Amino acid sequence: MNKRPWWREALALLICVLHVLPFYVLMTTSFKAPSDLSSKWVMPGYLYLDNFANAWREAELANSFLNNVIVTAGAGLLLVAVGSIASYPLARYRTRLNRAVYGIFVSAMIVPPLSILVPLYRVMVDIGAMNRLWGIILLHVTFALPITIFLYTGFIRSIPMELEEAALIDGAGRFKLFYLILMPLLKPITATVIIVTCVNIWNDYQFSVFFLQRKEVHTITIALSGFFSQYNNYIGWVAAGSFLGAIPITAVYLLLQRYFIQGLSSGAVKG
Amino acid sequence: MSNDNEKPLAARTAPGNRLRMTPGNRWHKALSSPAWLNLLYVPALLLFAVFILYPFIRGIRYSFTNWDGYSQTFKWIGMQNYQRMFTDPDVARVIKNTFIYGLGSAALQNVIGLGYALFLNMNLRLKALTRTIVYLPAIISPLIMGYIWYFFFQYNGGAINDIVLLFSDEPTNLLGNPRANVWVITLVNTYQFCGVAMVILLAGLQVIPKEYHEAATIDGAGTLARFRHVTWPLLAPAFTVSVVLNVIGGLKLFDVIAALTNSGPGYSSASLSTLMYLLYFGRQDAGYAATIGNLMFVIISVVSFAILFFLKRREESLT
Repeated sequence: MNKRPWWREALALLICVLHVLPFYVLMTTSFKAPSDLSSKWVMPGYLYLDNFANAWREAELANSFLNNVIVTAGAGLLLVAVGSIASYPLARYRTRLNRAVYGIFVSAMIVPPLSILVPLYRVMVDIGAMNRLWGIILLHVTFALPITIFLYTGFIRSIPMELEEAALIDGAGRFKLFYLILMPLLKPITATVIIVTCVNIWNDYQFSVFFLQRKEVHTITIALSGFFSQYNNYIGWVAAGSFLGAIPITAVYLLLQRYFIQGLSSGAVKG
Repeated sequence: MSNDNEKPLAARTAPGNRLRMTPGNRWHKALSSPAWLNLLYVPALLLFAVFILYPFIRGIRYSFTNWDGYSQTFKWIGMQNYQRMFTDPDVARVIKNTFIYGLGSAALQNVIGLGYALFLNMNLRLKALTRTIVYLPAIISPLIMGYIWYFFFQYNGGAINDIVLLFSDEPTNLLGNPRANVWVITLVNTYQFCGVAMVILLAGLQVIPKEYHEAATIDGAGTLARFRHVTWPLLAPAFTVSVVLNVIGGLKLFDVIAALTNSGPGYSSASLSTLMYLLYFGRQDAGYAATIGNLMFVIISVVSFAILFFLKRREESLT
């Protein structure tokens, strides 16, 4: 009846189990009472939630979640606005100047943002952007622009010009054209851009740790790293904190995984 | 009346001559001119100038000073930071680590990713589930992923030592061992991001037309021959993307190191990015940190461009 060989399914199952192991250990650790000294491989046979309550309170996770949402949403919106309009002339008018500008944007994808950390810190202090959510938003937008412009430009080039020419002949201005004709067409690539960039922005640690040092502006990763160094001995607390920190993005991924995987693969096959 | 045809060609075809300009028409013309449209990328360029270009130039200046990171004054010390950098044994070690993180994880991720992609490209009931699970770690913060693995590698009560202690009396201290910790971090990074290679390579496999394989089979090619002569060359573009992404990601590694070892013991597991961080915030050695930043910029850009160039040439030679 079933022509598929059983060993393939068994191998697939084995791969799944191997890759889930870290999450299993995260769970056993975060649900275990501090007095329970059994191995991390053993699931506790009781329900114990104090670790979560303590982590939530001590790491001030409520505030950090809110900050994470503000930073990610703000940066995502600004990124789409700035990136999509910037890509339009770069895709449509390939003059020598525009090709050079495109080259600058795209080659910045390879440049490691951290390499300019020391002077960047100074610049952020000078413009009063230290410990400000808008400061980190602008930084995230800047460093995500290369991939955004790369994706948008490639996509706009693949849209036939005839559509815009027809609209121009009908007397539509460029503005109208962009917002009424092009923007709706850009929906799929906008979804890809948001997924590719916002996952990194949501998860960011390396910038936030420098530029968001005050407690009020901590994001999840910063709150957790402070919590981790402070409560290194309360491993259950740290595990519960990590668990909580990973939940939102995991939930989004499981709900929208089709888009996550499509986004990554379409960018790769075309790029 | 002069004949219009006698005018030089340029005058006849100059844009202004083509349309009689009414005021409204001129407005429309200006709006649709490409030069005006270039204003659309000015906001993006401004952000680039303020947050990348200007700091970059300032960073070059700082690398010639003994700036401590907060004082208003500093001394120009010429090439001293660079001399120090090229003779610093810590830096040599850290460069080596950075290459292990970059090239080591990229190699492992792509070998594993290719294996998974080939496997999942088969007719398989658990395909969707496997893909979801293998890719899941890639969307979780690398810092949190580092903490999760810390529960494995912990010296006291870590999940790995629970197993080791069944067989020997000595618990292992993988993170504290300067010869092992770099590879442990590389493996954690590989675990986290092999799903990215898998998804990209799987997408590459799925665009290979089935007819090619069928034709090769008719010509008597076995599984291995089909892989070598059909799959491998046609997978080249996806392979390029996957390798370059993973190399860049690995060379920039920061979060996992911060979570697992905080660069220690000593600087034994530091990458260029974490070393720079420690020099700047731990030792207020900002001038020297800026110098390391410049080195990092050069190394990562050169290596990434070189690999991209090499893989693009390879793509061309294969097709």
